[in-house]
Amino acid sequence: MVSIKDLISKPEPLTGGHRACAGCGFPQIVKLILMASKDPVVVVCATGCLEVTTTIFPYTAWNVPFLHNAFENSAATASGVEAAYEALRKKGKIKGNINFVAFGGDGGTYDIGFQSLSGAMERGHNLLYVCYNNEAYMNTGVQRSGATPMGASTSTEPAGKVKPGKQRARKDLTAIMAAHDLPYVAQATAGYHMDLIRKAEKAFATPGPKFMNVLQPCRLGWAYDPKLTMEIARLAVQTCMWPIYEVENGKFKLSMKPKEKKPVTELLKLQGRFKHLFKPGNEKMLEQIQAHIDNKWNDLLAKCGEQ
Amino acid sequence: MPSFAAKTGNEAMAEAMRQINPDVVAAYPITPATEIVMIFSQFVADGLVNTEFVPVESEHSAMSACVGASSTGARVMTGTSSQGLALMYEILPIAAALRLPIIMCVVNRALSGPINIHCDHSDTMGGRDFGWIQMFSENAQEAYDNTLQAVKIAEKINLPAMATTDGFIIIHCMEKIEMLDTQDIQSFLGERKAQNSLLDLEKPVSFGGLDLQDYYFEHRKQMADAMDRAGDVILEVGKEFGKKFGREYGYFEEYQMADAEHVIVALGSTCGTTKAVVDDLRSKGEKVGLLKLRVFRPFPAKEIVTALSKAKSIAVLDRSDGLSTQGGQLYTEVCAALFENDKKIPVIDYIYGLGGRDISIDEIKSIYADLKKGNKNKINYLGVRE
Repeated sequence: MVSIKDLISKPEPLTGGHRACAGCGFPQIVKLILMASKDPVVVVCATGCLEVTTTIFPYTAWNVPFLHNAFENSAATASGVEAAYEALRKKGKIKGNINFVAFGGDGGTYDIGFQSLSGAMERGHNLLYVCYNNEAYMNTGVQRSGATPMGASTSTEPAGKVKPGKQRARKDLTAIMAAHDLPYVAQATAGYHMDLIRKAEKAFATPGPKFMNVLQPCRLGWAYDPKLTMEIARLAVQTCMWPIYEVENGKFKLSMKPKEKKPVTELLKLQGRFKHLFKPGNEKMLEQIQAHIDNKWNDLLAKCGEQ
Repeated sequence: MPSFAAKTGNEAMAEAMRQINPDVVAAYPITPATEIVMIFSQFVADGLVNTEFVPVESEHSAMSACVGASSTGARVMTGTSSQGLALMYEILPIAAALRLPIIMCVVNRALSGPINIHCDHSDTMGGRDFGWIQMFSENAQEAYDNTLQAVKIAEKINLPAMATTDGFIIIHCMEKIEMLDTQDIQSFLGERKAQNSLLDLEKPVSFGGLDLQDYYFEHRKQMADAMDRAGDVILEVGKEFGKKFGREYGYFEEYQMADAEHVIVALGSTCGTTKAVVDDLRSKGEKVGLLKLRVFRPFPAKEIVTALSKAKSIAVLDRSDGLSTQGGQLYTEVCAALFENDKKIPVIDYIYGLGGRDISIDEIKSIYADLKKGNKNKINYLGVRE
């Protein structure tokens, strides 16, 4: 496994000077994943924060080949790139292995790009799809997505006088991708960087379609002090709200089992998007959130053979 | 050696794709273009082409995959129709803005709703302003020839191109076509030479960056300039095609136009029927003609005006209605071209054949009769029951 020491001697695929917010989690995710590749990488990216903050013409923060097409089609676009690579390789026009990585936010992955992702994965293209998941449409002003957790206040499902934020839990996209029978599926977070690097290495070493769902705290949409990004990412794992695990050829394996499962309120209370839940009258919502996390966690433990 | 074969329009286009042997084809089935995809898939399965075929889950993904593939410098094709083309609309201007010479065989079919599977031009007309070159075909031979030329035109000017043909009327009708020798086609087309490749690891390029107030306008102007230059490229390639293979192509075909007083302007398969009417009326001494437009984008306005300048009256046949209350898309563009060039010739519009409604010889005769006696009604819906 590559060490941090190895990484710092490698050229950066994504330079500094881009326009992501202070405290944004995705530059770290993108860099660590791409630097875990032994072979050259080619990046395809959906419309979203990552694209708009790194490619404002005539500048680019990318030191590796980069293609942005539209919002909902980074998986389909990457599948075309990979098909062209195969065609050109067979004709001897290109030599050497290239790892193809498609990035999309949760809006571009869970929602509008869901079909494109499912199709590309089912067809079996040799590429890694990474969802940098900040649990809402952050680029356009914190609108709810299919990845937004229960109870969160977003600009399209806000907390109000009669509704305490998002009514339903997010869909379990990682499990849905595992149900595509992919050779490698993983859930990770920016907060545990060695785990993230190890998973990326494993994904790159696995031929075929791979999917990684990486939780990325968003200081703007989650409304917290930017210095807390990594702490919040780790708390998400320690509360089991975002368990980190992998699925290799259908076999679930937990990456980290917290010694002590912290109550979800420890995570929620740090974030402005949940502050309404701590007002009198919303106790039931907090209970529902905790119950949902407990259920999902127990299911996951069972899948991982940990019970 | 060229050879003659009996082929439907779909088969002719699929054969052209086989002979082009593109690096990547990404496509999704849709009536009535499905057959192109099916036939081509068999070519892939039988090893007759070296193409990577991407059997995507939607037309949106088909065009998205084409954009990805073409950005590597590969030669890329697809085919679709109607709703499929409409589902691609979002990505069509992106392909053009990235200056990717993707080639698309479009089988013209009415857009829903109501749902209908038969021919009209509403799908292609809906995609007319996205920076794609658009060429219409009268028959299977032209569908074949246009598909081949589209590759060369697109790659010379770095804009994507549609070679279109009429659903069912051409694509399900068997015709005798001349197929060219594959080697000759390959030497005519040569290899694609892309300026930048996404797979160039030595010189990494960022494609599709965010283009704001300070650059977007300039990039759009560059696209407009490219479309402007595409006209000459189309003529150049059409001439070269004629020199090599005996069938020269321009922006349009002038049929009995030299002394024509009453002229029909039309696109696609209806031109074949109109030619039969022109022949019949000419045998009776009537000075009628047809301007069969092949290239709709870029719109060859000046050349059309020159071709129409001696006409006393003009009827435009539109197999699509823009619902603008100003007539079909071809009509408004022909009118604009004449107006801009100070030609005051009466022009009337006949919207016809929507949803695959047949247009008969008698109906076309009635249009020429209208032109002769004068028709004050600017926009007419030919044969519609009201």
